[in-house]
Amino acid sequence: MTKTGAQILWECLEREGVTHVFGYPGGAILPAYDALKHSKIHHVLVRHEQGAAHMADGYARASGQVGVAVATSGPGATNLVTGIATAMLDSSPIVCITGQVGSRLIGSDAFQETDITGITLPITKHNYLVTHVQELARTLREAFFVARSGRPGPVLVDITKDAQQSSCEFDWEEAKPQLPGYRPDLSPAPKEYEQALELIHNARRPVILLGHGAIVSGAMHEVLTLVERSRIPVALTLLGLGALPASHPLSLGMMGMHGEAWVNRTIQEADLLIALGMRFDDRVTGNLKTYAPNAKKIHVEIDPAEINKNVKVDVALVGDLRHVLLEMLPRIEAVDRSEWLTFIDQLKGDSAVRDIQNLPDSGHLYAAHVINDLWRETRGSDTTVVTDVGQHQMWEAQYYKHEAARSLITSGGLGTMGFALPAAIGAKVARPESEVWVVVGDGGFQMTMAELATVVQEKLKINIAVINNGYLGMVRQWQEFFYDRNYQATPLLNPDFARLASAYGIQSMTVTRREEVVPSVQSARQSTGAVLIDFKVEQEDTVYPMVAAGAALHEMIRRPSPIVETAED
Amino acid sequence: MLNTFVVYVENKPGVLTRVASLFRRRAFNIDSLTVGRTEKPEVSRMTITVDADRDQARRIEAHLYKLVNVLLVENITTQAAIVRDLAMIKVAATHEARSHVLELAGVFRARVVDVAPESLIIEITGDEDKIDGLLEVLRPYGVLEMVRTGIVAMRRGGKTSSVASSANSLTQDAADDDVQQSV
Repeated sequence: MTKTGAQILWECLEREGVTHVFGYPGGAILPAYDALKHSKIHHVLVRHEQGAAHMADGYARASGQVGVAVATSGPGATNLVTGIATAMLDSSPIVCITGQVGSRLIGSDAFQETDITGITLPITKHNYLVTHVQELARTLREAFFVARSGRPGPVLVDITKDAQQSSCEFDWEEAKPQLPGYRPDLSPAPKEYEQALELIHNARRPVILLGHGAIVSGAMHEVLTLVERSRIPVALTLLGLGALPASHPLSLGMMGMHGEAWVNRTIQEADLLIALGMRFDDRVTGNLKTYAPNAKKIHVEIDPAEINKNVKVDVALVGDLRHVLLEMLPRIEAVDRSEWLTFIDQLKGDSAVRDIQNLPDSGHLYAAHVINDLWRETRGSDTTVVTDVGQHQMWEAQYYKHEAARSLITSGGLGTMGFALPAAIGAKVARPESEVWVVVGDGGFQMTMAELATVVQEKLKINIAVINNGYLGMVRQWQEFFYDRNYQATPLLNPDFARLASAYGIQSMTVTRREEVVPSVQSARQSTGAVLIDFKVEQEDTVYPMVAAGAALHEMIRRPSPIVETAED
Repeated sequence: MLNTFVVYVENKPGVLTRVASLFRRRAFNIDSLTVGRTEKPEVSRMTITVDADRDQARRIEAHLYKLVNVLLVENITTQAAIVRDLAMIKVAATHEARSHVLELAGVFRARVVDVAPESLIIEITGDEDKIDGLLEVLRPYGVLEMVRTGIVAMRRGGKTSSVASSANSLTQDAADDDVQQSV
């Protein structure tokens, strides 16, 4: 049957299972928008294309399905760039569709022409420029296949205006992907399994390092079985949180720069690290020269280019984590680890006492209190927390106990401020049954808060907790520790966020005291519409513990004991 | 050390940029890169030489494989291979120097491909050392201009590195090798 490129685009998306796209129209993508009225796909109109890319990303992370962003050529396409790079660093499957000027105008600096395939080359898993309608169906099928298979990632398809307008015979079956060089599914050799099993069975002080790969691979059940059978404790990366329930007795919690001191010391004391779907990012290793000096290392990882990149490993199992674990589990033996687990318990020592949660209510509101209260109120329900980047993100990771995979959505690798609100919109669209909370700083919120209008236009029930300390808090913290408290360009003069929300027609509250936190959270949960709560928290609060950049993992800046900080100023 | 990679890629627009961009992005310095057609129109072949240690070379190989358009990667650094570079050297050759220059060209089995009153163009094929050697002895006469193709390489013997009938199976095999070596 003969169809236009625009019609083929939407039909291919439908056949790939797409129900929602996030986009913004413009000249070069208008033919596609014109054909949208005949499609079953729901289009979410964003307020800035960066929001569209983050929404597609949030959609993908919440559901595991490919998220789709649509933009026009030129500035529309370039506005996607931050969102694409965010998805690339966190292995999130999104497909970005951009309009391009007519194929005969390419290279002429035509109005709104930009080389978006050139620009996004290093931040996409793959990208395409489609200049002929005959190539469109196959290209789109390849794009979705590449985005979701292997180590997932963003794929961009740039379609010229004439390719959208002209017609050809459309046959889905005929348009099969042709990717002779693409090899997403590797598997380890038998002898590599044997070497790994031998190391595991001989280890006396093993630790599992659990990362995002466990969630992407859907290996939560297999990880749990491995942990319970082998009695090996688990430290998690930021993006791994939720892959093993936080309440599990063998879950140590987050490792790395803002991980608890005993977690990092456990890693430093270990004789075997079993890295599952993580990539030894500098934020989890600290100084590589002193990292886990006595430990052998096993690395289970789907991407061969990650092997021996940061940390030299003894055994590498390259493959999908779930498949690798299914292969290994029948051969995992139960070993008594009580000595090692007791040792770790002792490492915890007085850390619990130093916890800010144990402070008496001094009348000051701490971000940690807000987040911990939010966790207590929402625990046991299907809740998705979407955070931005900075201090609030680390407090969320410390004080919100994630029990389920995909219950935390956050920008890890790229550390993109402005991610939270649009990503939460994507998450809510993907999983309307889940209660979605945005936890965002006052700095990052102002980067993408235009998307409040999208929340309202789409009638989405999203709760927004602005952790408002009047600073770019994490940068201020670094200035406090490493730049002699020279607070250059970090104090913020903010609008009244509650009144701002009201202007959008969003219900809002301002909270300044601890006893108001729980009622405000309860009120937000009971409301049927979107709610914004402006939590005015302690201004010069600090995320503890902390491994300074370049320091060894066990050299942590600990919480002051007792914590007084600025509370008694 | 200098590593030599033979890389088969799909013959499509932009593939050379993808490969070159990869080296730039991962901060590896390309010493030489050549690309040309193969016996199959849909496949191009690159010979890339890069200064890298063993670990870096393995990661370069793994990163190349991550490019969707890359069909096959072989690091032939330690294998017996024929390696050739081609150079054209325009050398000043006055009446009195001319016979000396021709003699030197003869010693290196180079060919004179252009003769002008004051200069000659000498064409030489060989490995890089041989060309460097000729260049060294011609320098005193005055090298006016030089162009080199960069090296192309092919393994000796019957074993081929062609992405023949089934590109999929070949790349998969190569991938397994790669993974095993990487440990």
